[in-house]
Amino acid sequence: MAAILPVSASEQTAEPRPPAPTPIRRDDRLGDRVFAVLTTGAALITLGLLLGILLSLVAGAIPSMREFGLSFLWTAEWDPVKERFGGLVMIYGTLVTSIIALLIAVPVSFGIAIFLTELSPGWLRRPLGTAIELLAAIPSIVYGMWGLLVFAPIFSDYLQIPLQNAFGDVPGFGALFQGPPVGIGILCASVILAIMIIPFIASVMRDVFEVTPPMLKESAYGLGATTWEVVWRIVLPYTKAGVIGGIMLGLGRALGETMAITFVIGNVNQLNSVSLFDAANSITSALANEFSEANPGSLHEASLIQLGLILFLITFVVLTASKVLLARLERAEGGRS
Amino acid sequence: MLNAELQKPTDAQQGQAPAAVEQTKILVDNLNFYYGKFHALKNINLTIPEKRVTAFIGPSGCGKSTLLRVLNRMFELYPEQRAEGRVLLDGEDILSTKDDVSLIRARVGMVFQKPTPFPMTIYENIAFGVRLFEKMSRSDMDERVEWALNQAALWKEVKDKLHQSGTSLSGGQQQRLCIARGIAIKPEVLLLDEPCSALDPISTAKIEELINELKRDYTVVIVTHNMQQAARVSDYTAYMYLGELIEVGVTESIFIKPTSKQTEDYITGRFG
Repeated sequence: MAAILPVSASEQTAEPRPPAPTPIRRDDRLGDRVFAVLTTGAALITLGLLLGILLSLVAGAIPSMREFGLSFLWTAEWDPVKERFGGLVMIYGTLVTSIIALLIAVPVSFGIAIFLTELSPGWLRRPLGTAIELLAAIPSIVYGMWGLLVFAPIFSDYLQIPLQNAFGDVPGFGALFQGPPVGIGILCASVILAIMIIPFIASVMRDVFEVTPPMLKESAYGLGATTWEVVWRIVLPYTKAGVIGGIMLGLGRALGETMAITFVIGNVNQLNSVSLFDAANSITSALANEFSEANPGSLHEASLIQLGLILFLITFVVLTASKVLLARLERAEGGRS
Repeated sequence: MLNAELQKPTDAQQGQAPAAVEQTKILVDNLNFYYGKFHALKNINLTIPEKRVTAFIGPSGCGKSTLLRVLNRMFELYPEQRAEGRVLLDGEDILSTKDDVSLIRARVGMVFQKPTPFPMTIYENIAFGVRLFEKMSRSDMDERVEWALNQAALWKEVKDKLHQSGTSLSGGQQQRLCIARGIAIKPEVLLLDEPCSALDPISTAKIEELINELKRDYTVVIVTHNMQQAARVSDYTAYMYLGELIEVGVTESIFIKPTSKQTEDYITGRFG
């Protein structure tokens, strides 16, 4: 800085400069301004849409909110005939299926990503990576049909019955595995969801693991760390923002998934036990199934819209929570100055 | 002109000139190295003496970093790279040993071209490697961290911010943190791969000073592009070209009276 100042000072005192050559380019401020307006407009559209959707959801849900108040959140009754509505069953179904799906999908995706970036022989990397991306391209309705017709029977015979035999008698924990092992239900929906979100989480994780500087990994290997220690202690902290982003992407998809869930969750609006084998319902599945039945302007419709609003809020909370989590992790690592 | 420049550093080294009889720390015996089909190192034979600084010099792509990466088997991370021959560390062949590679890497530490602080606090950066091999109490660990940072001449600068991120330090401090991290696990050999190439002259001077201190306890091998640096810090110098070891000897004689014409051309700047 100090070295530059004298130069500019002497420039000021120097004789007037020769006239600048005529610019070849026109001084085109207009183009810049139009471009700025266009990009700002595009950004504002997002904001406008978000607000508009939020407002119309709130407006549509007002009759239901007025009728049931906050108790909508913890009432399990859903009776279109008597017009008594509570969202607990669907909220529970949505949250539990998504959480179980994450519990299954995150470790599996982590394994896939580590294998692809650290352990896989070179010739297997591309085909395997492509296969995982293709898995993400299968339409969700296909997953639903496959889940109902193929997966659920196998699931019942080879997973539910053994699980029931193994844990059914354990006090407390065993309650999760009660009821008829018919295949469809919360656990089946969770597994299908997990299969659907694995490709998303795995490919995001793989991408962020790949951008970890090789030198950083080598310095940990150079201290005598094993592959596991390098991945767990170095690569994962280094890529935490991307990894959490990938998990949130998967969670967002799990929360919002409709078609596949509706096939395998059972669509029963009651909450009789905590059993994971029970048929249940999710917000998205209830919306898809019941919207055509609800009369326009009815309390039924308003309640469905309120469910939609709640789903919207859940995803918002999830997003916020992930940002808070990231900030915490950053602080634990000493922050950056 | 050149001699005058070189005279100074060699003079400085006169006091601690290499003794006549050196203990061999690493013996490289007929080493060949391949990147896939590319023959990167050809019949390398080399002795690296204990508690001395040995510098590898040579133009880019001559194989000096490759040779360094064989000494701690770092190349094994990449399946298409392979080494043939023997590398004896204290008489034991590290290429054919059944010992866990992480144990070898703990004995042969490495510092890279660019500082690579781990994404954790300064304290944890040091403690990370120690915890891989030793279980110790918190107070012992505190002591070890302080000791390692002192050895790397960094303690005074960071003692009040041990729990800040390692990435918050300046480039030169980060590089010394990486050296401290390597020292903390008490290796026998330190491999430095162009440790100053990303640093400013002042940080470079600090690192060079540090290298001079380190050779009291460690065997140091340094790869450098900077011939003045090789002259300043090393006791022995090996000149490499296109995968071959052209000449190796006491730094002073390599720089003043190289036996090979190629070496002379390179160090006088006529080539490379």
